[in-house]
Amino acid sequence: MTATTTSARSELSELGRSETALRTFLHGLPGVDQVGAEQRAAQLGTRSIKTTAKAQAIDLAIRMVDLTTLEGADTPGKVRALAAKAIRPDPADPSCPHVGAVCVYPAMVPYVAEVLRGSGVHLASVATAFPSGQAPLEIKLADTRAAVAAGADEIDMVINRGAFLSGRYKEVYDEIVATKEASGDAHLKVILETGELATYDNVRRASWLAMLAGGDFIKTSTGKVPIAATMPVSLVMLEAVRDFREATGRQVGVKPAGGIKTTKDAIKYLVMVNETVGPDWLDPDWFRFGASSLLNDLLMQRTKLTTGTYSGPDYFTLD
Amino acid sequence: MSERVAVRKTYKLFIGGKFPRSESGRSYLVQSSNVSLASRKDARDAVVAARAAVKGWAGATAYNRGQILYRAAEMLEGRREQFVALGIPGDEVDAAVDRWVWYAGWADKLAQVYGGANPVAGPYFNISAPEPTGVVAVVAPERPALLGLVSVIAPAIVTGNTVVVAASPSEPLAAVTLAEVLATSDLPGGVVNILTGAITETAPTLAAHMDVNAIDLTGVTDAALATDLEVKAAENLKRVLRPAPADHDWSVDPGLDRMTALLETKTVWHPKGV
Repeated sequence: MTATTTSARSELSELGRSETALRTFLHGLPGVDQVGAEQRAAQLGTRSIKTTAKAQAIDLAIRMVDLTTLEGADTPGKVRALAAKAIRPDPADPSCPHVGAVCVYPAMVPYVAEVLRGSGVHLASVATAFPSGQAPLEIKLADTRAAVAAGADEIDMVINRGAFLSGRYKEVYDEIVATKEASGDAHLKVILETGELATYDNVRRASWLAMLAGGDFIKTSTGKVPIAATMPVSLVMLEAVRDFREATGRQVGVKPAGGIKTTKDAIKYLVMVNETVGPDWLDPDWFRFGASSLLNDLLMQRTKLTTGTYSGPDYFTLD
Repeated sequence: MSERVAVRKTYKLFIGGKFPRSESGRSYLVQSSNVSLASRKDARDAVVAARAAVKGWAGATAYNRGQILYRAAEMLEGRREQFVALGIPGDEVDAAVDRWVWYAGWADKLAQVYGGANPVAGPYFNISAPEPTGVVAVVAPERPALLGLVSVIAPAIVTGNTVVVAASPSEPLAAVTLAEVLATSDLPGGVVNILTGAITETAPTLAAHMDVNAIDLTGVTDAALATDLEVKAAENLKRVLRPAPADHDWSVDPGLDRMTALLETKTVWHPKGV
């Protein structure tokens, strides 16, 4: 058993050396049963989570939030306020946990780093010409290095969809490897932008490609295209990280991003994580939500559970 | 030829311009019809819908709100027979249409009557203007089933508030039929939301809800419940409307009180500069 795993590992690590080997491997992955995946995802969304389980789920979801602002209109003041909120999401309740990370553009990293220092909240920066990724490689790598130098300990890179969709897998692979190297100690999250990949088969291939190339996390979307994270896409990605750990022993995290706005949605995702890959992934180190408005809904639901009365948006910050 | 089987109607909730069943799946029987029994979550959903509608409704011009309410009165008139079939006297339907039209007329007049320029001892121009409070929870009176309902909804929405109405548990059919009238008029979804079922279940949720700005306890007959609701409403300083529980005569001129009770006054000091 161990011998097979070891040989499988070395085989997988060799894949990146040739375009043909990569293509053969990725196209050899079993196809995704589209109807089956959609039905399974819908079924997992019907579980009822109540009372103490719900309270735990809400606190876990808050710890998993990557509080995100990626707007052209972001200012140092705005990202500082967001960072303060990340550390103490509900100032009225000290028992409320802090979020997983703050996610901003590279130019905003220094301002956030000041606020987050010593708080335990991670600082993620998008990089590699986010969100399109359509820039020369040197620029993408310089973007990454600058973000890390400014204090980001997590890098959210985008894959080169143009190359991926035209079948130049090696190019995508090499870019991820190069970005991983440029990130140094920072965790690398690889954004697949599933809304642009068109099929679940492509999502599965892109997931494997990102993991083979050394990504620490695979992330669904930038949030900048109309179709963001969906349950079936996340299901396919969760299955990919599960299979990848079985084949290689290395665990990779998953981050659905965009379109997850309510506590109910977040809990559906947690149910899916638990039932697809198991409790090993029910931790902010292995599962994150890329979101902004989700946090306020989580806080409102949390307030409802602790006080018994429904809260309103007037009592939480606008961001 | 087999004999035709009549299709029985299910009376559902009215939330955000749609007619959903209760999230709880429960229903109860009224006049041998199934009526949704709203839960606390339905109340919460209705508040969310009402809040979402405030911006557009309060932001519409008073003239536009008036026109939309006139249109609703026209639709109500057109459904006269349907209300009569539910056992509501024709006179009462007529009175309800008239009441609706009367309130609709106030849409672009109340600000002149209730607001205005204030004389102040300084070189300022000072005006006060009435503005809507926001989301209003309404416990509707049991009788008269239609006129009472119209007489609590119309004055709340004419000024730009949105409402979540807890309909009388014994008279939900008129309320849901009124919802159908409103759904087919030009009223934006969410301006009026109607919950049917137990007042004891929905009203405390609405009274305690931090995102509700005012509560009208007209339909609460149990004094202990009314007090409890007032206590809950105090948490976020809701405006509370609790008329004396006398036998209210809904047929007389209602006056402006129901409208003005649900307003905030904005006063502006302006340097005249002339």
